[in-house]
Amino acid sequence: MNFPLENSGNLIVLAAGVLFGFFIESAGLNSPRKLTAQFALRDWTVFRVMFVAIVVAAIGLWLFDVAGWLRFDALKIPTMFFWAMALGGAMLGAGMAIGGYCPGTSVVGLFSGRFDALFFMLGMVIGMMVFAVFYDSLQPLYQTGKGPESQTLAGLTGWPSWLFLLILAGLAGGGFRLGAWFESRRGGTISAKELAGSGK
Amino acid sequence: MTERKPQDFWPPLAAGVGLGLALMGMFLFTGHGLGASGFFSRLLAWLSASVAPDWTQMNSDLGNYLGASHPMNSWISWEIAGVAIGALLGSLIARRFLFKIERGPRTGVGSRIGFAVAGGTLSGFGASLAGGCTSGLGLSGGAVLAVAAFVFLMAFFAAGLLVATLTGRIWQ
Repeated sequence: MNFPLENSGNLIVLAAGVLFGFFIESAGLNSPRKLTAQFALRDWTVFRVMFVAIVVAAIGLWLFDVAGWLRFDALKIPTMFFWAMALGGAMLGAGMAIGGYCPGTSVVGLFSGRFDALFFMLGMVIGMMVFAVFYDSLQPLYQTGKGPESQTLAGLTGWPSWLFLLILAGLAGGGFRLGAWFESRRGGTISAKELAGSGK
Repeated sequence: MTERKPQDFWPPLAAGVGLGLALMGMFLFTGHGLGASGFFSRLLAWLSASVAPDWTQMNSDLGNYLGASHPMNSWISWEIAGVAIGALLGSLIARRFLFKIERGPRTGVGSRIGFAVAGGTLSGFGASLAGGCTSGLGLSGGAVLAVAAFVFLMAFFAAGLLVATLTGRIWQ
């Protein structure tokens, strides 16, 4: 086996998108009330789903790599631009706290009936236009704090990847417990029935 | 009377495992992960090119997205079409599909729309600046243990928690 197949064929990508949308919807992460309840520490579904997905995909890819079935260096590994990513990440966090979505969840929100997602998308296009207009003057900020090309945690520290997988799995487990502790004190997770009964 | 109640959500663990396997499959087939904001960048470039072709071509940001000329020529647009289908199928099957403007109990429709546009604007600028979003950088970068992903995710959650102390009343 010689993964990745480097085949971004329309049907393969479409199928991956269907699963992406389906699982986000099935967890309720298309609901801005549920998404923002993470930041109120009332409902830890965002943390749980994201962290489990990262740990599962990371362990799976690591197993393929160890088995010799995967050319890991052929995968797309983003290069760090520290200030661009820290500031951009903070703006996406603030944008979710205010607007109720992130780019991906807004698509899932719209296609499960939420018109507010359409206005979030309109905002996104406006924000991207503002960025495009000021692109040249933002270049110095963008280039500040550029890390080595495609650096991984293992590359940064010299520690083995499996150690980071263990740490991430441990953090996920700890987060599940911490989340349950907060949820039992702050009203608990938001159910589908609760969402169906309000905000029409 | 047969009132059709919505099915409850999947346990986060099950949805997370499913999402993780889909993400792994995407990497194995294509070599890259899942994304979302890249679709909106291409949509904007296409819209902008149909209104002001010369300006768009000259713009050093939007010009990058014009190579594929039409958004549907890019893989990420097919992925987003899939996301839409998956969301529609999932919500219809589980009887959770509901036309609404979702908002907190104390927020009016007008303010909800205003907040949605404002939050979207921040997110659009932020995604362009970071070069990706929660899925493209956070999830996909996290799956390959990229340093960039963890910088992004820590900033995302820290800012969300901080801003939510001010905006929490919009939602709860």
